[in-house]
Amino acid sequence: MMILSGDPPRSRVLTIVLLVIILALAATPFIFPGAKAMNVAAKICIFAALVASYDLLLGYTGSVSFAHTMFYGIGSYAVAIALYAMGPNWGAVATGIVIGLPLAALLALAIGLFSLRVAAIFFAMITLAVASAFQVLASQMSWLTGGEDGRSFQLPDLLRPGTVLIPKSLFGFEFNGRTLTFYLVFVASALMILGLLRVVNSPFGRVLQAIRENRFRAEALGFRTVFHLTYANCLAALVAASAGILNALWLRYAGPDTSLSFSIMLDILLMVVIGGMGTIYGAIIGAAIFILAQNYLQSLMGVASKAATEAGLPLLPGLLHPDRWLLWLGLLFIASVYFFPTGVVGRLRNVGAGKTSGSAH
Amino acid sequence: MTELAANDPLPKPKRDLAPVLIPIALALAMIPLIGSTSSWVTLTVASLAMGMMIFIMASGLTLVFGLMDVLNFGHGAFIAVGAYIATLILLPFAAAMQTDSLWVNLAALAPAVLLSMAVSGALGLVVERVLILPVYGQHLKQILMTTGGLIVAEQTMYAIWGPAIIPLPLPASLRGSVILGDVAIAKYRLLAMLVGLIVFVGIQLVLNRTKLGLLIRAGVENREMVEALGYRIRRLFLGVFMTGSALAGLGGVMWALYREQVHASMSDDLTVLIFIVVIIGGLGSIGGCFIGAILVAMVANYGGFLVPKLALVSNILLMVAILMWRPRGLYAVTSR
Repeated sequence: MMILSGDPPRSRVLTIVLLVIILALAATPFIFPGAKAMNVAAKICIFAALVASYDLLLGYTGSVSFAHTMFYGIGSYAVAIALYAMGPNWGAVATGIVIGLPLAALLALAIGLFSLRVAAIFFAMITLAVASAFQVLASQMSWLTGGEDGRSFQLPDLLRPGTVLIPKSLFGFEFNGRTLTFYLVFVASALMILGLLRVVNSPFGRVLQAIRENRFRAEALGFRTVFHLTYANCLAALVAASAGILNALWLRYAGPDTSLSFSIMLDILLMVVIGGMGTIYGAIIGAAIFILAQNYLQSLMGVASKAATEAGLPLLPGLLHPDRWLLWLGLLFIASVYFFPTGVVGRLRNVGAGKTSGSAH
Repeated sequence: MTELAANDPLPKPKRDLAPVLIPIALALAMIPLIGSTSSWVTLTVASLAMGMMIFIMASGLTLVFGLMDVLNFGHGAFIAVGAYIATLILLPFAAAMQTDSLWVNLAALAPAVLLSMAVSGALGLVVERVLILPVYGQHLKQILMTTGGLIVAEQTMYAIWGPAIIPLPLPASLRGSVILGDVAIAKYRLLAMLVGLIVFVGIQLVLNRTKLGLLIRAGVENREMVEALGYRIRRLFLGVFMTGSALAGLGGVMWALYREQVHASMSDDLTVLIFIVVIIGGLGSIGGCFIGAILVAMVANYGGFLVPKLALVSNILLMVAILMWRPRGLYAVTSR
């Protein structure tokens, strides 16, 4: 209870689903030792933390930011550039962290102070404009960021796949540097999500929810809403940048497509809405559903598309083409905003709550 | 407050001219910096033409926000749809487009433009009914819904027209330039300026001189009162939304011809530009949107000429500067 900050999943089904996801992620290196499964699992961990930090903004304060990938990208690029320039040592990782996190927080502070004073809609538009400018800037400053190619780099010795920590002969599986990196990602993401749970269940988090429900009233109660919103924005940016650092460390690469592009922003939006806004747990569910769909649904769609082509149907092959999978997720997104705005988590909680309140009366 | 006698004319609203002077001052200030008069004229005309096209695309967005308090994040999709629909007519009639006769060119161009506007207007009808109607008054859901709509629209366009860039050459008679002394002005830019001005004057006339415009302005001020007087404000909303979408379609065709290519991702780049324009102008203000569009285009053109490196962030800097001066944009609309 303590570790969840007094905010349990509040639904038996949800608890089971979460446990299955977390156990499956934790056991991935042993159960599914392939490179693809490891990549998918690491991506789910990283995005769960990233989406949870976005949920702090969207779900708990009700402000839509389109600059979240910018902070994610700042984290990725900071560590990538540091490791690229200084060589594969721990000092470079530390430098990346020391530069990336404050930079993200400062930028979030500036954007927050500038645009959170007025309406929420202003914040959405301004973050969109700033993020797109940052993206252009990052691709133009190729001497620093490597432009469209991004930066590939080497990790410190300890985290390399070649470093065997526990040989296969001992337990029947090999625990190498890659496995260690995976657990680094897993543990760091888990800590970030637990930290966010702590934040949203603190008095500060309650104020954020009050602002979301009625900003005017929160202000009338004496809370400095601009301060609270900006603080939340900075916290979210810090977590996003940390997730970006993990992403760069896992991929050994940072580039516009993996850490900055607008499509990642849309992915985050889809994950948080499908999972359930304002729950934090929704981030884990949303990230798991989305990334599994991204990696495995696409091959399914490829089969369907081929079948449709062979059947000679018009338009359908195009609509079912694996690259068009976002179309279907977009439709799912609209449907979930419309029909179940509280997402999977809210849905499951309602089912549970309906039963308990029925038996209580 | 001074007392008004019964027969006094109503006090006129104060005219706020400072924002109008900014683009003029900016243009004049650039003469010594740029040096040569001919390149200054070329740049100024280029920025006016670009500004007018951006205005046409942005006007719908700001109108819809002003009247309905709806921010359509999927507005860019109407632009791309307009451009794609135009290719349906312009590409089969490429021969008519390439004959060097203004009338033959226009005969191909006019139906293309009209069809684009009709289709994006009709799409506006669907979007308003399906996506926006259920979430009136809820900003967060509006943003999410329309963003979802943008994703779906963009992906559908990829599915129909494919991911490749479609080239769309200008009609022959609109290519080339008019030479005045040592100044060359591209013909298409003149046309763009003309169309932009017509749209601006048209919107202003409708809003300020007709009963429909009166109702729209009244609806902006107080929606419930207009309804209480027996007008169906929902229909008015719908009409404005469809007009805004159709204008976006028109802007899309013009932009596609200007760039001589069509691509589904054009909506992404333009959405950002349009948002900046609408923010600078003040959400909901047509006049502000007009000046904002010209300012953005001027900064892009002059900036690109003088300090090309700065061009990337110049829009953001402009926005920051304007919002420092007037936090709600050039012309803040009523209580919003």
